[in-house]
Amino acid sequence: MKQSPLFALLAEFERVEELRSAAERVRDEGYTQFEAYAPFPVAGLAEAIGFHTVLLPMAVLGGGIFGCVAGFLLQYYVAVIAYPINIGGRPLNSWPAFIPITFETTVLCASLTAVLGMLAFNGLPRPHHPLFAVPAFRRATRDRFFIAVASSDPKFESESTRRFLQGLNPSEVHDVPR
Amino acid sequence: MTQTNPASERAAETHDIVGSGHTFGSVTDKISSIVQTTRTPKAWYVGFTISFAFLMLLMVSVAWLFVRGIGIWGINIPVGWGVDIVNFVWWIGIGHAGTLISAILLLMRQQWRTSINRFAEAMTLFAVSCAGLYPILHLGRPEYFYWLLPYPSTMGIWPQFRSPLMWDVFAVSTYATVSALFWFVGLIPDFATLRDRATSTTGQVIYGILAMGWRGSARHWRRYEQAYLLLAALATPLVVSVHTIVSFDFAVSVIPGWHTTIFPPYFVAGAIFAGFAMVLTIMLPLRAAYGLEDFVTLRHIRNMCYVLLASGLIVAYGYLMEVFFAWYSGNHYEAHVILNRFYGPYAWLYWALILTNIVIPQLLWFSRVRQNLLVVWLVAMSVNIGMWLERFVIIVISLHQDFLPSSWGMYTPTFWDWSTFFGTIGLFCSLLFLFLRFLPMISIFEMRELVHHVEDEAH
Repeated sequence: MKQSPLFALLAEFERVEELRSAAERVRDEGYTQFEAYAPFPVAGLAEAIGFHTVLLPMAVLGGGIFGCVAGFLLQYYVAVIAYPINIGGRPLNSWPAFIPITFETTVLCASLTAVLGMLAFNGLPRPHHPLFAVPAFRRATRDRFFIAVASSDPKFESESTRRFLQGLNPSEVHDVPR
Repeated sequence: MTQTNPASERAAETHDIVGSGHTFGSVTDKISSIVQTTRTPKAWYVGFTISFAFLMLLMVSVAWLFVRGIGIWGINIPVGWGVDIVNFVWWIGIGHAGTLISAILLLMRQQWRTSINRFAEAMTLFAVSCAGLYPILHLGRPEYFYWLLPYPSTMGIWPQFRSPLMWDVFAVSTYATVSALFWFVGLIPDFATLRDRATSTTGQVIYGILAMGWRGSARHWRRYEQAYLLLAALATPLVVSVHTIVSFDFAVSVIPGWHTTIFPPYFVAGAIFAGFAMVLTIMLPLRAAYGLEDFVTLRHIRNMCYVLLASGLIVAYGYLMEVFFAWYSGNHYEAHVILNRFYGPYAWLYWALILTNIVIPQLLWFSRVRQNLLVVWLVAMSVNIGMWLERFVIIVISLHQDFLPSSWGMYTPTFWDWSTFFGTIGLFCSLLFLFLRFLPMISIFEMRELVHHVEDEAH
């Protein structure tokens, strides 16, 4: 297969309702490598493009459990093994006193996982992206809505895909060069 | 205004968290134009200059402290914790409102939080920076602050994890980290907006780096929302834990007046009270200066007044319970602390506390008062002062007369105590002015989302 000179075709919409229904139409048409862009989180848009994930919440749960266990073990190691202090025969593993710090390390590790995981799964930071070459795409962070069908999609064919996107009634269809 | 029925009034109120007639573009332009302008308002220069002068005062005070040691402050035995610890607790309490507004109101789906959360989070971050300085300055040997961290040292010793002061280290540093993360994550889509709006190359590059390539795709947003919601869910118990642990610094000790079980909830309520007061104190002038009446509406101010009233009453309950405990415990020393507060040498501070924290905020019951922004501002200011006095009363009055009359003494803050305090106010305000100038003080993408919801409801 020869490589298309395009990275994607980008359809621009003026209203959020148009974006949602168009995204569903693209999905139903059988495209898989496409993406919808909006200047704010749109309820149901991820479902409309057929995207579902629980990876991040699971990672955060894992981070939290790690923080909890590691935080407690650190205190246990210090108080019982590395630096035991006998104060009137009280137990060295005085676990109730270790709860506050265990809680803090749980929250710290879970939060770090949430932020770093969000960035990592989203493929950020990514300083450059072909979409940034389209001047109209600047409004994707302001008041316009976009659907990009990638040329890597098996169903992508520059003319027919363009006709299909135009049939979705966008205000314009842009070429995204590689 | 004409008479309206309650139902239509309610409907109007649900909508007036954003002024009418706004579109995605107009909210974007309005908020980002404050940042992306070549014309800095004259008032900004004036404000920043004054704040910066106080920041320099902090530098001088800290330098002198490092040269001479903490003897330049008024603290000594028996009052070993003075204005520095008062300020620590005061600042950290102020910080809590930011997290509460962002996290708890987000979880409760209170849409009115949108226009004040960014600003309140910034306030949290700056207040925690100020708070974090004090324990380190108080160390006496601040260059050894890292001894608090658990690391395998050549000295072969480890920190004592059973001490609330260690809990404090972890609580405050976790809190600072999580607040910074929460704030930064909230800013990423707005950095992208600023990047795409920027006309200068410098702006494009700087905001471009900060936005990290954010494109606002549906996949991005889904993970973003997941992360943001999880952060909010994590920050909510965190903020409660932080002030609880700060109160443990006192409550776990045996000093009369500190050793009470009411401290954790009473400190947390006090933190909310102080924080909302500070948000109002700063938000009201800003709203007027930058013409943000459409975004920070009277409804926001009314809601914040309600929170002030409610948390203020919990604080009042705390004061009442302290007196009750002193009497009901039958403990001679506890009783003495309360009588000393009422009639002792610092009694005027206690009564000033009751006036500024309990009596004056009751004005907010009246809707005419809540609509008069000058009076609301003055009430908030009174709470700021009151909450500072509260910590002074708790710390100094309990310490200066404890068990043995032979060890009683008086404490008077010195010039350097005050200069450090006003210096941190300078640090706080300087950071705030820089924030206002270079970052969007209202979350732009959340305002667009709000406009979208308001439109949906109207259809």
